[in-house]
Amino acid sequence: MSGSEILQRLRDRFAVGVVETHEQRGDATAVVDRGALLDVLRFCRDEPAMGFDMLMDLTAADYLRYPGREDGPRFEVVYLLHALPHNHRVRLKVRVDEDDAVVPSAVDLWPIANWLEREVWDMFGVRFAGHPDLRRLLMYEEFVGHPLRKDYPINRRQPLIGPKA
Amino acid sequence: MPEPTGAGVTTREFMLGEGSGTGSGQTLQVGVGPAHPAMHGIIRITTELDGEYIRKADVEIGYLHRAFEKDCEVGGYNNAIPYTDRLNYVSPLINNFAYASAVEKLLGIEVTERCRYIRTVMAEISRVCDHLTCVGASAMELGAFTVFLYMIKAREYLWELVEDVTGARLTISYGRVGGVKADLPDGFAAKVTSAFKQTRDVLDEVHRLLTGNRIFMDRMIGVGALTREETIAWGITGPLLRAVGVGYDVRRASPHWAYDRVEFEVPTQRDGDNYARYLVRMAEMEQSMRIAEQALSAMPGGPINVDFAGRPLDPAAYVDQGKQGKTEGLLLVPIRLSPNLQGQNRPAWERVNAADKRVVLPPKETTYGSIEGLMNHFMLIMEGYGIRPPMGEAYFASEGANGELGFYVISDGSDRPYRVRCRPPCLPPVAALSRMIEGEMIADLVPTFGSVNMIGGELDR
Repeated sequence: MSGSEILQRLRDRFAVGVVETHEQRGDATAVVDRGALLDVLRFCRDEPAMGFDMLMDLTAADYLRYPGREDGPRFEVVYLLHALPHNHRVRLKVRVDEDDAVVPSAVDLWPIANWLEREVWDMFGVRFAGHPDLRRLLMYEEFVGHPLRKDYPINRRQPLIGPKA
Repeated sequence: MPEPTGAGVTTREFMLGEGSGTGSGQTLQVGVGPAHPAMHGIIRITTELDGEYIRKADVEIGYLHRAFEKDCEVGGYNNAIPYTDRLNYVSPLINNFAYASAVEKLLGIEVTERCRYIRTVMAEISRVCDHLTCVGASAMELGAFTVFLYMIKAREYLWELVEDVTGARLTISYGRVGGVKADLPDGFAAKVTSAFKQTRDVLDEVHRLLTGNRIFMDRMIGVGALTREETIAWGITGPLLRAVGVGYDVRRASPHWAYDRVEFEVPTQRDGDNYARYLVRMAEMEQSMRIAEQALSAMPGGPINVDFAGRPLDPAAYVDQGKQGKTEGLLLVPIRLSPNLQGQNRPAWERVNAADKRVVLPPKETTYGSIEGLMNHFMLIMEGYGIRPPMGEAYFASEGANGELGFYVISDGSDRPYRVRCRPPCLPPVAALSRMIEGEMIADLVPTFGSVNMIGGELDR
């Protein structure tokens, strides 16, 4: 399926769940409502015509200082799906606010989501509801804050905490 | 493995190797890493042993985290190139080109034909280096020190090629948004031919030393295996995915650079164990050399006809004259460059860089020889100027040595990337590592970890 066909399929299936779509630079992208996220992901994985059997990447972006998005939902959690049988891709995004930065976990669908969601929690402070073990992935447990947030200054230093004596 | 029996369990702490088969169910915690002789990379694996069997393993990463993605946000688009060198430091050229291609995709520009071929050749040479390192190091950990020395010798020939082109061996910073730093040096094809011949000899020797070797096979076959379904569900790409019989290769699935114009095979195996991964990597090296040879022989561009008036000038004298305003006729004087920078004079520069003044720095002759060139240079270098892609986002994937290497770049229309995300190809296999080693013996951790080819630079970013 081409990118526009995939997006059409998603819009047909989830009338309210798909908020908006675009195909900038040929990357099919759909912004999905948080409540519908798991259904959309499951539909993408299990529907044979979609066939997205791989969660290629899961990341996030902080739109705090993005022109025109200062007031909007602050975070976007980005799912990049790849379909091995059909060799096509789609990018799904979920927008969440800072004071309610929780997204349902996709660990039950793809085990790799475990580490990728831990990284997003670590770097952006977005929580994943239903994650079995939401620890930091790259930083240490004593680290304060979430470094990839736009309001985390790049030159802030924190004491390195060694192993407990 | 025996289950814990609860009552009557002895409380004495066990030594390594004790408890196996006793049915006591008492386990021993053994930490492997972060710095361990058998770990070529800084990673910590906490294992819970029952005798010699790993009952549970927890993998902890992040020891090499140096805020790659955050650092990318504070400089211009080309400032991230040196950081990408340090992602997968065994094949940095692929990172350079993949990042540059992602920004090019965001900008909507095309690089020149010759640049596409150069990227293909250099990426394939890097892939051979990477596989040589991976196979050599894991063979060494199983006692085959000779193989390690042979393979590092072959890698040395290839790194000499890289040094010839880029001026450096590891931190090459050779890619640029819109092109590459410099054209290939003279006589490069002949050097590649001779280096590949030596590499093929080494691969041949290694095949004879390892592929049918009883000890090696016993340690590798059936060890660290994942099924096809598990591999896909864990998002694993690259040699580990091809070792379970899935012929997914970004070079074939979405051809970029010059991969649609060369012939190559995507080697696959069925078993998904360490031995299958070894065989896939060995076969891929041959395919990579095939691609590089074809790309070199089909390299467009031809010889550069240099017929400038006047003798070549020393670069320093050239810059001095330009600064003093003596620019008349200067534009036509060629620069005599140092050997490390050969292929940087204007005709070569124009061959390998996109003709887009908003993106690519002009060649030095133009910068110092004409006011337009100088303005163009400043417009790209000064604070607040530089490359300014339109607002939006783009994801570009390339086949790194460990699998799909993707860069997801978001632009807010300014001269700095708003967000750069690197999809590290070795994160999914490392995430699945505990799944691969649980239930196996502690000694099998070493070859499995070797076959995963963890690269701390890209894993921890």
